[in-house]
Amino acid sequence: MLSKILIYAIACWTGFLIMAVELLSGKILAPYFGSSIYVWGAIITVFMLALSLGYLLGGRYSMHNPTIRRLAGILCVASLLVLPIIFFGEPVMDWLFDTIRDPRYGSLAASAFLFFLPTTVAGMVSPYSVRLLTHRHEVSGQNAGTLYFASTLGSAAGTIMASFHLVLWFQLDHIFWGLIAISLALGLPVLLKGDPHEAK
Amino acid sequence: MKPSKLFNLSLAGLLACAAGGAALAAPADGVEILHKEQSLYRNIYVFEKGDVRCMRFTKYFRTGDSQSCMYKADPNRLFYDYAKVVMSTLYLNPDPQRILITGLGGGTLPAALARLLPQAEIDVVEIDPAVSRVAKAYFPFETSERVRVHDVDGRVFVKRAARSGKKYDLVILDAFNGDYIPEHMLTREYLEEVKSVIADGGVLAANTFSDSQLYHSESVTYAEVFGDFINVKVGNRLIIWQHGGLPSDERIAEGAKGFEEAFEPLGFGADWVLPRLSREQDWQTDAPLLTDQYSPSNLLNAR
Repeated sequence: MLSKILIYAIACWTGFLIMAVELLSGKILAPYFGSSIYVWGAIITVFMLALSLGYLLGGRYSMHNPTIRRLAGILCVASLLVLPIIFFGEPVMDWLFDTIRDPRYGSLAASAFLFFLPTTVAGMVSPYSVRLLTHRHEVSGQNAGTLYFASTLGSAAGTIMASFHLVLWFQLDHIFWGLIAISLALGLPVLLKGDPHEAK
Repeated sequence: MKPSKLFNLSLAGLLACAAGGAALAAPADGVEILHKEQSLYRNIYVFEKGDVRCMRFTKYFRTGDSQSCMYKADPNRLFYDYAKVVMSTLYLNPDPQRILITGLGGGTLPAALARLLPQAEIDVVEIDPAVSRVAKAYFPFETSERVRVHDVDGRVFVKRAARSGKKYDLVILDAFNGDYIPEHMLTREYLEEVKSVIADGGVLAANTFSDSQLYHSESVTYAEVFGDFINVKVGNRLIIWQHGGLPSDERIAEGAKGFEEAFEPLGFGADWVLPRLSREQDWQTDAPLLTDQYSPSNLLNAR
């Protein structure tokens, strides 16, 4: 039961992480590429591409010895891949601003550089979780449904928190640090200790 | 309650809502809609009431918060007080040859400047090509070799100008409308980019409107980048600054003398402008500074 809750919690938090980063990415790109509809188009395109690839990879990865430790590992890696946004965001966008004159392709390239990797890895969480939850095929649909419920609820929470409150309370980098810290706080103990049941 | 009664009640309610909705959607008395279109960014309406023609981005027909209005019988006369204040920055630097304006609206300011300064090169940055089209069709705004409209984001244009070392003698920031602030154009970093394209002796005129909690943060941010500035409140708020030091009131009054005749057809004079120029710092200096990292301008403005 505990491990089930942990899986849902990880999926829910990953949903939060993805959408919080997506919302903030608009503010990251705006100083270089503006905030026009095509900047949002570039961002959403990259996030959707990354998630589609992540789902594919997550499903593949779940075929070999799926464990909750590895699920937690995926979350930790995804959150650490947010670090380049903090450290390399400005130089990357500086370079792209000078290299690509059309802000449509500039924002597309910047989104791809900064957000593709963390979002791809975060996208692996959902299919991997479905595999962990499913032991009988009769309940596979129900498990998948409950999991999407949890992760999409997390996404909704991440969207509204980021856009209504977090940007008012904190600097962008501090929000990213907070997202990484919470991800690691949730993922690392599971990654290190493994399944609470197996530990017994 | 009987079901039929309930039905009647809800029907009455529905009808009332429909009537209310229709009343809101319909223009007020005497208002004629000349044009409406949906652009990539917004709805654009052009409407007339009596002698006044306005451009507006929402469909409530008041002249009070339109983007741009003009007197049809006398298009040279400035409708808005803020536009008069912007023009009066010529008191500080009488003959700007390179002018940058972010935000076109009906094109009142570039049109007035182009008439007054026939040699000046004017770059107007307007993200929405539909706005330039409507301005040319319904307002006395024309582009030419000297008056160019660039349909890019203001921040992107200014950053490129800054990087290529371009300079302007007059920079007018007019990209905000009453309902929405482009948050990336109200940060310390943006204002530093703006400052770096202002030539020696060049002037900045920023048209903002904040009267909310944002007023304090906006002031702190401008003060951080520009130091002392002249603050003008005429419904809108204007921030005026000159590269190389703010002139004294006497210097400005002296500069005004050369424009009394030129500004008469625009509908104002120095006696109207000068008493409105304030140097008082009436904001909370501990308000948060707006930066690219922290710029919740619209949230602050809603408070």
